[in-house]
Parts: sequence; C-alpha cells; structure tokens
Amino acid sequence: MSSVLQATSPRLSSDEVERIRRDFPILHQEVHGKPLVYLDNAATSQKPSQVIAALDHYYRADNANIHRGVHTLSERATAAYEGGRDKVKQFLNAAERREIVFVRGATEAINLVAQSYARPRLKPGDEILITEMEHHSNIVPWQMLCEQTGAVLKVVPINEAGELLLDDFHRLLSVRTKLVAVVHVSNALGTVNPVEEIIAAAHAQGVPVLLDGAQAVPHVAVDVQALDCDFYVFSGHKLYAPTGIGALYGKAALLEAMSPYQGGGDMIRSVTFAKTEYNALPYKFEAGTPHIAGGIGLGAAIDYVTNIGLQAIAAWEDELLRYATARVLEIPGVRLIGTARHKTGILSFVMDGVHPHDIGTILDHEGVAIRSGHHCAMPVMDHFAVPATARASLALYNTREDVERLLAAIIKVKEVFRV
Amino acid sequence: MSDLRELYQEVIFDHNRHPRNFGKLEDANRHADGNNPLCGDKLSLYLRIDGDVIADVRFEGMGCAISTASASLMTERLKGMKVADAEALFRKFHALLTEDGKITEGPELGKLSVLTGVRDYPARVKCATLAWHTLEAALHNQDTASTE
Repeated sequence: MSSVLQATSPRLSSDEVERIRRDFPILHQEVHGKPLVYLDNAATSQKPSQVIAALDHYYRADNANIHRGVHTLSERATAAYEGGRDKVKQFLNAAERREIVFVRGATEAINLVAQSYARPRLKPGDEILITEMEHHSNIVPWQMLCEQTGAVLKVVPINEAGELLLDDFHRLLSVRTKLVAVVHVSNALGTVNPVEEIIAAAHAQGVPVLLDGAQAVPHVAVDVQALDCDFYVFSGHKLYAPTGIGALYGKAALLEAMSPYQGGGDMIRSVTFAKTEYNALPYKFEAGTPHIAGGIGLGAAIDYVTNIGLQAIAAWEDELLRYATARVLEIPGVRLIGTARHKTGILSFVMDGVHPHDIGTILDHEGVAIRSGHHCAMPVMDHFAVPATARASLALYNTREDVERLLAAIIKVKEVFRV
Repeated sequence: MSDLRELYQEVIFDHNRHPRNFGKLEDANRHADGNNPLCGDKLSLYLRIDGDVIADVRFEGMGCAISTASASLMTERLKGMKVADAEALFRKFHALLTEDGKITEGPELGKLSVLTGVRDYPARVKCATLAWHTLEAALHNQDTASTE
C-alpha cells in the first residue's frame, strides 16, 4: 500500500486533492454516461483503497474471533481491532482507551447513553434538552426515554439562518435539566454549533452534555478533553470507514457508573447462575462478537485522514463550500436552507417550481449524486416550511470541477422544468 | 436528455403546474391521507361516492412533479367511474409501473400511460403510486396509506 499523502500546507492544494482522488476507486466511473460527481457525503462517504485494503487483509490473513483466543490469528485480530480503538482514542484525544466503546454507529451510541446512563437516573418531570436541528437519531431515543421515565423533552429553537437561539438555550437550561444532547454539526444545514459555550453553561449547572459528532468528525478536529464534553458519538461511515462501526466516547467515571446496555458474551468477567460479574470498561458495553473488520477499517480511515491532516482537509472543504455557495446563489430561483455564519460541508437548497426529488433525478442524469429529502431531520424541514431540500455535501476529494458540474446540472433542471 | 424526456413528458409538466381537481372536496364521504416516508410527500384524497360510482374526487398536498401529475391525472380519470372499475384501473396501473404491465384486461390506461417512464426509475415509482395507494385506502375506508 502506497503511503498516504501528507498535506504540506494549511490547506490542501488542487494537486494534492487530485492525488487523493486516486485513492478512491469508486469515484472513477461513469453514471448515465457522465463521470460521477459524488456530493452525497453527508449520507455516507466513499472509502479509500487504504481502508478497503485493511478490510481485505483482515479477512484474507487475520480473521479470527478476538480476546480469548490463544492462537496466532486470534492474537493478530485482537491486536488489529484494539489498535483501531487506540486510533479512535487519539483521534478524539480521549484521556484513556477504556473511554472508547465500539458501537454500530452514532445512533446506537445515543441509544446506549439514553438507556444505560439516563434511564435509571430520570424521574418524572426531569428534562432532556435537545435542539430543533437534531437528526432523528438524537430525537427519537430521548422521546422513547421520556415515555419510559416520565421525563420531558425540551427543544432549543433555531433562527432563519439555521443557528441555535442561544438565549433560549440558556433560558431552557434549568434545575430540571438532567442532560443536554446537541448535534455538533447539523447534517441538514451544515451549522457548526457553539458547543464550547453550551458545555460551559450546562456544566455550570452540573448538567452533562452529549455531542452528536456524526457530521462533525470528517470536517472538524475534535478534542474531547478540551471540549470537556461528557459523551461524544460518531459513525465511521461518514469518515471514510465502513458502515456498521462507530464509537461512543464517555468520561470514564460516567461509564463506570453505568449499567451494561446489552448482556452477552465478552461483556462479562464471570458468569454463574447465582451472579454475573461484568467486565471492565469498555468491554462492559460490548456484548457479543463485534464488527472486528469494521473496527480495523475505522482505524485505517482515521490513519488516512490524520495523515493528510484534518485542518488541511477542513480548509479545503471550507473554501470549496464558500465558492459553491456564492455560485449557487447566482442562479435565480435557488434558495439556500441553512446560512449559518459558521458552517461546514453542506449546501442544502430548494428551487422555485421544482421539488427536490425532481432535482435529484435530473442531477443524477447529469452524473451528479446528491440527496433529496428530509435528511432524517423532519423538524428542520417544518421550521423552514419546506417538504424537503436538495443537499450537496462535500468531502476531501471534491473539487471546483465537481462544483461546476453541480451548477451546470442545476441549470439543466431549470431548462427541463422551464423555470 | 432523451430518456429524461421519457420520464418528464409534457403532460406531466402540464399537470404539475396546473393540477386538476386540486383542493378540498367539501361534500366528500370518503377521505384518506397518503404519505411517502421516503421523501416526506403528503397527499390528501377526497371522494364522493354515490352508489357504486365515484361522483367527485379532489386532492391536495405537496409533492414532486411525478406525484402531483399522477394524482391530477388520476382524479381526472376517476370522475364518473364505477368503484369496481377504479379498483381494476389501480391494479393495471400498478402493474404497469412495477411488473412490466402484465395485466392486459380492465380499463384502458389512456393518458395515464405517460407515467410509464417511471418504471426505469425504481426510486421514483413510489412517487407515481402514492395517489393510487391513497385511493385504495379511501375506497377501503382506511384513513391513511403509506408507500412503505
């Protein structure tokens, strides 16, 4: 495997991005007779050869079950999988590796915190504070929890730009608030939330904070110790890793005090019919044979982005987003949904006289893959009084040429619909 | 471009821009709400059935060009039709989009066949059938229909 490119400047150069593109075999194909432009990265990102090779190597050379095997393959599989955990720890700058729990993705991590941390601690009338821009994965687990406990879900509203109304956040944060759960970067709007201020205010009242980082980790360098968040969750597949693997970071003291999420093998120290003793962190939360290849692939993906440098990636993507935003706004009849001052990676838009679904189909015909729909954030659609949006979302391999192709395809939509 | 035109035919644009029978039917005696969870499209269908005939039909809602045109064309066709014929038409239309139009008996599809192009877009078939699933629900006295 060729060594990964290391960015030499604070921002990736066009040449560097061209070299990066060569790491992603899937990008080099035609769709409807046109070269593929992949702008659906907020749904899932493509995988570099380095990640694909790590999966391939694991299944060809090391496949075995982990942790208790004394044979060589099991030792190799265990080392590679636990190596993935070490990489997640470094990636988030967690204090200890036992604070990293492997999960299927951000959704499972939030459900784990809701059921294992919050559920035993909540009483009727207690409040969970979320925001209007949450993905359904950071709404529904809390609604289920409220049904189970009699707790109440409170929602911080957003303004017309798609930014949190912080005055309302401070007003809603009360003695009844037992947990704040906020998206770090909105998948529907691209808004980067002021999580430092949110965490500081919550902690001043002794309230723990969970950050949903699914959309943040590919674009923003995260340091959970500097943030001082209590829980941080993300999915691997938006970070160039396989689907079905993600991580929960939790402060050790909180994780220690929590009950297991699921029971089964690997999460126990000893089992008798009289008494079962649970395993230590993080294994207490990892019942059953995990997605071993996924953990290894996530480690490879983290190596890939950290070797290039998240700052350089973010600078490239931010410049591309600024360019795309300015150009899209030049097209009459196009309106952006989500115009926060601080945003990253997402260009959500609607067009006069054309439903986002029709935009998606015509763009696909032009070889441009975007997403149209509610992006699992129906309350955001309600807020902006639209049924859906068309969403182009960026990754490190996108280029100005991709943006030009997007613009040309939007013009084509206008031609086809004569608007 | 040529195959895009097969999906987006002139008739579809016309019915999307100027949907027929759009709005609430005040004296409806059947009603159902349809939704497509995939895209969030919602549609309400109102029917007035006199005896075994669909005397009047209207719809309202927000959707893509395919779902709006399909609903508009459907209402245009259903007015004055016997309920049993409407059921047969639903089966034929559904088969046209999902099974290569294997059903040959029953009412002629007529103008509805402009939606044939949807067959090549599996992700969009549900847009074209939403109004029809809602019709089925309304005829069978169910309040809601879903394409899922």
